[in-house]
Amino acid sequence: MKNENLYNYILGIADNSLILGQRLGELCGHGPSLETDIACTNMSLDLLGQVRSYYQYATKIAGDGRTEDDIAMLRKEREYFNVLLVEQPNTDFGYTMARQFLFDVYHFLMLTELEKSTDLNLSAIAKKSIKEVSYHKRFSSDWIKRLGDGTEESHSRIQTAINDLWTYTDELFHQTEADKAMVAEGVGVDVTKLKDAYYEEVNAVLEEATLSVPESKYFQKGGKQGIHTEHMGYLLADLQYMQRTYPNMEW
Amino acid sequence: MTTTEQHINPKLVKVLESISDPEIPVLSIMDMGVVRSAVIENDIVKIEITPTYSGCPAMDVIGDDIKRAMQKAGYIAEVDLILHPAWTTDWITPRGRKALEDYGIAAPLDEEADKSVLLEGKQLVKCPQCGSANTKMISQFGSTACKAQFQCNDCQEPFDYFKCLK
Repeated sequence: MKNENLYNYILGIADNSLILGQRLGELCGHGPSLETDIACTNMSLDLLGQVRSYYQYATKIAGDGRTEDDIAMLRKEREYFNVLLVEQPNTDFGYTMARQFLFDVYHFLMLTELEKSTDLNLSAIAKKSIKEVSYHKRFSSDWIKRLGDGTEESHSRIQTAINDLWTYTDELFHQTEADKAMVAEGVGVDVTKLKDAYYEEVNAVLEEATLSVPESKYFQKGGKQGIHTEHMGYLLADLQYMQRTYPNMEW
Repeated sequence: MTTTEQHINPKLVKVLESISDPEIPVLSIMDMGVVRSAVIENDIVKIEITPTYSGCPAMDVIGDDIKRAMQKAGYIAEVDLILHPAWTTDWITPRGRKALEDYGIAAPLDEEADKSVLLEGKQLVKCPQCGSANTKMISQFGSTACKAQFQCNDCQEPFDYFKCLK
């Protein structure tokens, strides 16, 4: 492949949205209320729409006849580069919103920088996506505050979710080889520079939600290298079921 | 606000205005502002459309509808999806806004009103049924990706609000 770094860089961004979109999609018909059900599936649809734009671009870079569906559906677990955070299960609505919030704040910051990419395709996708992601961030931030500043039960459950998922936040700011190469070319976002702004914003919302900021300095990583948590295999089994069972099927 | 020129061949306007948004049938794709260019090159009509939301499932249908309508009008059409510049609710025409309101969907707010909604959380969305500004948001996400759910505090009617995208 001519530009393998760019290809891997695009997958790194897109896989986060694909896997989070799949997790949110699991709530279709299972959300805790009609409005939250619709909201989660709406966000899933936004993310999957963004993913299509990224993968369509990636197929052009690969130029080996693979389609966007091949990229989404036919890779093995080790070939997905999403961060560990987005593959974590829905567990309860607290976990779903904590995962969403911890990703949305990052996603918004990352897209703000990607808008300035010298790669016009990535910049166009970022400009389109950020309008949608600003709604996601508003929604998840509101829920963090409602749950945190809500009842004793909701407070304790959202605090537990934040504490558990905190360990996956640091990985958002790790650079892969593809990241470094793309930053050097002015194409990619230097995620290491987003870290301070990220924790500042996250901590401010947690404070407003009367939640405490976890103090643990123990962080998990691996997703960006294709080393995933035990949840990923089950997620992919679900995601890839149709293509694996009926190869080459089309809608 | 994003301003961009639309390059639409006048010969094609009528055909394009006859195609409606599959999710909001009262609105033509022209009033929606999703058609960014329509030109005739060597007897082939080339049309560029842009999605309202990235995941909008209507885009495939709109592409097919355009090809079908153009064929009826005697043209062969190619449809391309473009992302840049990104669609904004400012591109909905005044006629489109009126059609939305008549259909029972509150039209996106103008720039000034929208800012206060975004920054201070004040609700200035007017009820499309009774016109009251005393409304509340039920959910930021509605029946399609582009809409939010509201309810009027005066007439109690729930209604869709077409979300602003700037």
